[in-house]
Amino acid sequence: MRIFDSILNLMPLLNLKAESEASLFYSSGKIYVVVAVLLIIFAGIIAYLVRLDRKITKLEKKDEA
Amino acid sequence: MRQNWWKILAVILLIYTIIGGFLMPAPEELGILQKTIRNLYFHVPMWFSMIVLLLVSYIFSIRYLAKQRMADDHKAESMASIAMLFGLLGLLTGSLWAKFTWTVWWTPDPKLNGAAIGMMIYLAYYILRRNMEDESKRAKFSAVYNLFAFPIFIVLIIVLPRMAESSLHPGSGDTVGFNQFDLDSNMRMVFYPAVIAWILLGVWISTLRHRILILKHRNENI
Repeated sequence: MRIFDSILNLMPLLNLKAESEASLFYSSGKIYVVVAVLLIIFAGIIAYLVRLDRKITKLEKKDEA
Repeated sequence: MRQNWWKILAVILLIYTIIGGFLMPAPEELGILQKTIRNLYFHVPMWFSMIVLLLVSYIFSIRYLAKQRMADDHKAESMASIAMLFGLLGLLTGSLWAKFTWTVWWTPDPKLNGAAIGMMIYLAYYILRRNMEDESKRAKFSAVYNLFAFPIFIVLIIVLPRMAESSLHPGSGDTVGFNQFDLDSNMRMVFYPAVIAWILLGVWISTLRHRILILKHRNENI
């Protein structure tokens, strides 16, 4: 935990480096990588929800039959 | 016939939130926030959704007390359950955001303390439910508990922070909310759809949960 905290305390120093990197990320178009990663994760979660929804619908219909 | 249009809307709006959240313009040079301001589209909707879900749960609790239908109890419980999930995510994302802006994971602040206590009130709701075997007794006690819990929760998380003298959290005490910064409404274009999207997602997950509970209940009573 302490090591974790001390690493985190160094992060503001990295911030200056990060800022220039971040603008590199934006200008070189790599922000799209971030968006793509999130969309993939999101797609996975939604796929799971849809599958669950269909399974439950099937069970509900079976009970009514 | 089951209505699914709102689920599709939720997915579309969430895709819009993710894409727009990162690619559409936002004021990125403000104070300690800098680029983290985009968290607004994710952290804040967690709380808005939690409040909406708890409000609907509250309404179902009242309906249960009026009509004694078990389905209403299942719905009330499911909504509160997913509200807790969103609340936990709100606390985690808020804490992480705080570490990189306020430099601490937590601070004794009216908004934060209110949120934490509010979560504990609903955790107690679950402990209460767990300790009651008899179904109708459990439903009745839960409904009455919710009747008090929800108004207190609103006071803790919205009313008291606004009335506080000082607070680090935007919108509470002496700190300005985000609407002051979004003068050109760029953020609103993503923020409002994002709120709707996360609320719809929360409702969807709640309905899945209560449908399972209703099926279970039906199977046990055959």
